[in-house]
Amino acid sequence: MSRIGVFICHCGHNIAGTVDVAAVAERVGADEVVVFATDYKYMCSDPGQELIREMIAEHNLDGVVVAACSPAMHETTFRRTVAGAGLNPYRCESANIREQVSWVHEKDKEAATTKAAAIALSIAHKVGGNEPLEPLELSVTRRALVIGGGIAGLQAALDVADAGYPVYLVEKEGSLGGKMARLSGTYLNFDAAPALLQRTIERVERHPYIQVLTKAEVAELSGYVGNFKARVETAEAAPTNGRIPYTLEIGAVMVATGWERYDLGRLPEYGGGGLPDVVDGLTFEQMLAADTIRRPSDGRVPREVVFVQCAGSRDPEHGVPYCSKICCMVTAKQARLYRERVPEGQAYVFYIDIRSAGKGYEEFVQETIQTKEVLYLRGKVSKIFADGGQTIVWGVDTLSGRAVEIAADLVVLATPMLAADGAPALAQRLRISTDAHGFFNEAHPKLRPVETLTAGIFLAGAGQGPKDIPETIAQASGAAAKVLQLFSHETMTQSPLVATVVPELCAACGACVAACPYGARELHPVLNIATVNAALCQSCGACVVACPNKASQVHNWRPGQMLEMVDAVMEIGD
Amino acid sequence: MERALIIGGGIAGIQAALDIANSGYEVVLVEKEPSIGGHMAQLSETFPTLDCSQCIMTPRTVEVGHHELIHLYTYSEVERVTRNETRGTYTARIRRRATYVNWDECTGCGTCQEKCPFEVVSDFERGVGTRKVIYTLSPQAVPNKPVIDAANCRYLQSKADIEAGRVPAVNKRGKPAKPKCGACAILCPVGAIEWEQEDEIFEEEVGAIVVATGYDLFPQEQLKTYGAGRVPDVIDGMAFERLLSASGPTGGVVRRPSDGEIPKEVVFIQCSGSRDPEQGMPYCSKICCMYTAKQTILYHHQVPEGQAYVFYMDIRAGGKGYEEFITRAQEEEGAIYLRGRVSRLYRENGKVIVKGVDTLSGRPVEIAADLVVLATAAISRPESGRVAKLLGLSADEHGFFNSSNEEVSPLESGIPGIFLAGAALGPRDIPETVAQASGAAAKVLALFRQGQERLEIGDWRLEVGARGAHAPSKSHP
Amino acid sequence: MTIPYFPGCTLSTQASGYDRSGRAVAAALEMPLEDLPEWQCCGATFPLATDNSMALVAPTRLLAEAERAGGHVTTLCAICFHVLRRTQVALAEKPEALERINWFTETPYEGGARVSHFLGLLRDEVGWEGVTARVTRPLAGLKVAPYYGCLLLRPEREIGLDDAETPTLLHDCLAALGAEAVSFPYEVECCGAYLSVSQPELPRQLSQEIVASARAHGAQALVTACPLCQYNLDSAQRPQNGEGVAANALPILYFTQLMAVALGLEEESWGLEGHVVDPRPLFEKIGDRLRSRLES
Repeated sequence: MSRIGVFICHCGHNIAGTVDVAAVAERVGADEVVVFATDYKYMCSDPGQELIREMIAEHNLDGVVVAACSPAMHETTFRRTVAGAGLNPYRCESANIREQVSWVHEKDKEAATTKAAAIALSIAHKVGGNEPLEPLELSVTRRALVIGGGIAGLQAALDVADAGYPVYLVEKEGSLGGKMARLSGTYLNFDAAPALLQRTIERVERHPYIQVLTKAEVAELSGYVGNFKARVETAEAAPTNGRIPYTLEIGAVMVATGWERYDLGRLPEYGGGGLPDVVDGLTFEQMLAADTIRRPSDGRVPREVVFVQCAGSRDPEHGVPYCSKICCMVTAKQARLYRERVPEGQAYVFYIDIRSAGKGYEEFVQETIQTKEVLYLRGKVSKIFADGGQTIVWGVDTLSGRAVEIAADLVVLATPMLAADGAPALAQRLRISTDAHGFFNEAHPKLRPVETLTAGIFLAGAGQGPKDIPETIAQASGAAAKVLQLFSHETMTQSPLVATVVPELCAACGACVAACPYGARELHPVLNIATVNAALCQSCGACVVACPNKASQVHNWRPGQMLEMVDAVMEIGD
Repeated sequence: MERALIIGGGIAGIQAALDIANSGYEVVLVEKEPSIGGHMAQLSETFPTLDCSQCIMTPRTVEVGHHELIHLYTYSEVERVTRNETRGTYTARIRRRATYVNWDECTGCGTCQEKCPFEVVSDFERGVGTRKVIYTLSPQAVPNKPVIDAANCRYLQSKADIEAGRVPAVNKRGKPAKPKCGACAILCPVGAIEWEQEDEIFEEEVGAIVVATGYDLFPQEQLKTYGAGRVPDVIDGMAFERLLSASGPTGGVVRRPSDGEIPKEVVFIQCSGSRDPEQGMPYCSKICCMYTAKQTILYHHQVPEGQAYVFYMDIRAGGKGYEEFITRAQEEEGAIYLRGRVSRLYRENGKVIVKGVDTLSGRPVEIAADLVVLATAAISRPESGRVAKLLGLSADEHGFFNSSNEEVSPLESGIPGIFLAGAALGPRDIPETVAQASGAAAKVLALFRQGQERLEIGDWRLEVGARGAHAPSKSHP
Repeated sequence: MTIPYFPGCTLSTQASGYDRSGRAVAAALEMPLEDLPEWQCCGATFPLATDNSMALVAPTRLLAEAERAGGHVTTLCAICFHVLRRTQVALAEKPEALERINWFTETPYEGGARVSHFLGLLRDEVGWEGVTARVTRPLAGLKVAPYYGCLLLRPEREIGLDDAETPTLLHDCLAALGAEAVSFPYEVECCGAYLSVSQPELPRQLSQEIVASARAHGAQALVTACPLCQYNLDSAQRPQNGEGVAANALPILYFTQLMAVALGLEEESWGLEGHVVDPRPLFEKIGDRLRSRLES
């Protein structure tokens, strides 16, 4: 008979606010396999973990269940804790009574408590049937792949290569630099962005540990952390319209695909796409880079320039609901540069909120308003149209409560930063996820901003969400740190919770081989049974479903265990 | 030398320490407070996910506490750093203040804290709670070992008085004078109290330094328009955070400091000391718009019949999911956002009268609030000047450290081997801090790798030739 | 020792009572006020346009006169004080603006004038104890709410007379005269100032709130140092339907008037004529109390 210890966590208020944790401990403790059950405020803390270790010793536990938050949060932590007390870590599991109970059943405390007890007890029974497993040791290919040659990708590549590991940098376009190459200057210091970028590109191109592949895209990624195989297709040196495939063997991937421009045609109410003198921010950058600022329609120097912030951002109805983060600063920079180059000109900025939160940013905007005399109007623009050769802007100044009409020579729309076009498709190929807008999802918004939930694949730059250059560079270095961590060891450990074959039951029908999406199964030619490549197996369970004989099972997720879990739930349900 | 010194044990220091140590290098982490965690340990929940702050942080603090390669000095400060030119390393002189507790013997049972008869106002509780004279910062502290606040300890003070002759050596009854109290020493089951303990000095030689000393908060007392710290029930954002926190002084129930009542009308004032060249700081503190929205949401969860008001100038919500979070506070949780500043507040009949303006309707607004929460500016720490001098760092006029180039090398100080991360550079939120801390770690790792033997990488380059396809080189290590 | 004095327009006309009582008090304290030989209106507002120095010409001329009179000038009107002080600071911080103005004036201003408000002089030159020493008729039992308004104190960095949020000048003055200073939350709230010309409803409403707050805190009168505040607070208590002033209306006094009473000066010098809310009954009460004290 197993000796399971169950620890119910309060998680501060997060669980205890809805679930009667003491009652759960009592109900679960009544079961025969549970020889010890208790509740505690923060199981993940030092005293919480110490409690587990002490109880293992005191009650001679051979299995531990921590009923708390999602296993994705702390199961690894708790497994390490029990390992420290001499118990096999795979005889320890998290029972999720937070995301699956307290966070979704806030209104019905009694039902939540019952459900929590059911979940905790079912996991206790499952753990009773868990085999004590040992993790697998895998080799690590200490080379990295960076997807995207903008400033994020360049920085990430440099940080890894500087540490002495080879990096393949794959860029879709024919040249490096991304959107930063289109800037006239960065804000605050106005250092010419192209010059800065050029120095970085040169370092990358000359680096002995970086190989750049342009006009190249990642067509396929197989394998797993430390052991990826990427099929990259490049049009460089290919026969016309053809592409040459290469296979790269790498241990880690950094995704730095950047952002895409918003189609002006989506803003017809602002004359986008129709009126020649209505341009977006990047186009204005090009205009600033020229010797004289000239407007598109007739080449004249514009005397009245209207900047419209949030042209498409923060607009759930017609545009994107999110904020594009950089436009307030970019607009201030552009308005200021315009005023410096055309002192007799007048610049207007329509805004909703000014988001100038970085170092020196607030002061920059205040100076733009006060010293550079750019007129900031708080209000949205309702319509921009052509009338008698002029571009008329209709907006409002909410602080005076008056409608405003400006006859502009040039209008610059601060359009949203969109995720790169191919991002969702790339995400599919890499088996990472994106949010509803196509930006790659980080593993945890607060504490894991550069990792994805797929081990070995990291994120940097605007591909993860709108951000400016300093933030991108810091984040790219952050992603590089994760890669360097991975590469610091010759081998890495892999979870042993993979599929396995019960030889006596296997009829070598091959259904599992066809079902496996990871190519992890084969029919052994001599033994005439199916075999599993543990390194490739992702424990998805498709083979379990496919197998007609129940010969295919996932370690510690056997059918017998499932039935025990159901029994436990029914027991509490009474 | 492949050892790193990290100054500061907040989330930035913790992340950098873990990234470097998990790559196989030794780390010396020095933290001024008795335990690590910084300001993140004081938070109740974090935006925009509303994760409980302790829950997401404690796995990291515990990992640091247990890590074989991380040598943790808490209640310690770096006193001096010298560069060893020939060896290319730095030697740091670290002072570990006397805790008066033997941390090797101490089991963290907590009896001393429980039984200590004296309480003082707690900085960690931001003035809305107290702590004992022998204390740990929180029940989840890493290390979970207490320190004695000597200035307030009866035993230590009276002992010093006796030794200095300020009190007679023999008491009225003719017996030799004894120091007062000493309850902790008497009750400690393992006898870990050491009254004779002194500061200890340690020297550590390292190859790289990461400065992650974090930020402080603008003192409410300097905001004259908002009561100058003298109007009861006007508290700052961090104090409100402690009221919300399950391990805080009120057990996570929001109560007014003056009478313990649950406030039904709470006014939040953003930009208290930020964007305010006259009274405070000219810069924006970046995080307040988001944490104020978070606090209105958490308040409303707890007091569904309560009403939150937020006075703001601009809403700064640029991060991922941030805009939607603000909308949630306004639309789902019913916080009333008023675009305008508060001109004054004063106490009347047990309420705090807040006089402000709503510029969008053009009308003055007066609210009789039960509680007022000031989102005070994030400022540099008082010791930042000393730290800058210690290492030769440059700081701006507000005390935040400057990187060698804000645009393209935001994590580098310009001094070889010294890197910067987190809010010590300027106000920023947790995701940005964590990414930066990892970034600084990457710089350290690259530096360390240079001193090591190059990896045998073999023939790894692809041959992309001018004529058609070439198969890639077959030999891969 | 005489003090160069700039009366300003209002004190010479509408607020003559303030001027008369001020002069009497100054004389009694042996620092009689002597008018600047040449003066004109100060402009009444401190112009905020930074690119147009012309609006500063008028106050600059006054500063030049002050220089010629010895370098120091004092005033009783809070607005005159505000304009002159800020002009002095502005020109000290921007020498090029001063240079440009001097092209247009007959007597150039060298930049060395010192501007004071009489209340500041009392605090700094005489001292409150010095004032108390001269009090013969202490205002015992009189509860007065000190009302500072805005222009006397703000912006603090430039005016530098007293703390703009929690000032004490008028409180100290009242205490020195033996009266009880009644603190109330509207001490530094705006009365509406010049809006009494263009939008009279607004100062009326604001002033009524200020008076109501003082009354709620137990004040029998308010004291001020600004003729516009006095005018606004006083006239706000005049009913618009032609009836008489309410029984609980509070008289609005100048601090110099209270000083004149307390220093035992002749009733002629108190300057109490022309108030909407007549303060005389208040002083009669004090008179009664004093008489009863002498008799007992």
